[in-house]
Amino acid sequence: MKIKNLKIENNWLFLLIMTIIYIILSMTNPTIFNSSISFFTTTLYQVMPILIIIFSLIFAFNLMLDTKNIVKWLGHLNKKRGWTISIFAGILSHGPIYMWYPLLSDLKEKGMKNGLITAFLYNRAIKIPLLPIMIYYFGLKFTILLTFFMILFSIINGLLIEKIVGDKK
Amino acid sequence: MNNIRITTKKTFNNIKQTFPTLIAVLLLISLINSLLTKEIISKIFTGTILDPLIGAIIGSISAGNPLTSYIISGELTKYGINMITITAFILTWVTVGLVQFPAESLMLGKKFAFWRNILSFLSAITIAILINFTMGII
Repeated sequence: MKIKNLKIENNWLFLLIMTIIYIILSMTNPTIFNSSISFFTTTLYQVMPILIIIFSLIFAFNLMLDTKNIVKWLGHLNKKRGWTISIFAGILSHGPIYMWYPLLSDLKEKGMKNGLITAFLYNRAIKIPLLPIMIYYFGLKFTILLTFFMILFSIINGLLIEKIVGDKK
Repeated sequence: MNNIRITTKKTFNNIKQTFPTLIAVLLLISLINSLLTKEIISKIFTGTILDPLIGAIIGSISAGNPLTSYIISGELTKYGINMITITAFILTWVTVGLVQFPAESLMLGKKFAFWRNILSFLSAITIAILINFTMGII
């Protein structure tokens, strides 16, 4: 309970610090302030639908999946299925990385392993809709190699995280 | 029915807990994005062996759509920046989140966030070197 209260306080403290920085910036450097606010509003507008999807997913997961199921699907590191689901979910997920933290935190509480969360987050770097643009800028060979190494290193990093951090918060 | 009510309450609490952090992270990302322009980034590179490390550090500090990192990288190649540096920059842009670190550590644990970011940073440089090596022999 104490930890939960501390979490909320930290959340608001972080927002408070950012608000103070922006207030100071508005007085000292209006150009940077305006450009940051413009970027902020545009991005917020873009991420809102994703945020709604993510919280709907959290709702659906809370409603339909119990701890036993999550542990069965994603909890066992030695199971190929857990890795495969994490890798593909990471590749297919959309929106900024930080939007997925609440869902992952929820799944972690239900028993999802740190290694699989790492694999999910690492594979979020592979974005299928962006692959043609990457090919345009850097070539097909580079894109294939990058994708291959990223999937490989997502597993390596996942295993290392399990060794270093284990499953504790 | 009771189950739906409990789940709704649980989800609403989740929103209440995470929303301030998400807004704060977005404010920080917007600020970094305004401060780090293409011109500033291109001036930072030295043309030495340190460039991949500098690229990885800039990518770690930056945040936003990966598409932006491709466009900046496209510009950087015009300044003669090598592919190891470009790759390290693109990779850390998406895998390392210095800006998102407070949110990640709050929601997934401090130790987890710290080590995940460290490993992602080291992996980015390793992958950059591996790709450059593999491109040379294929």
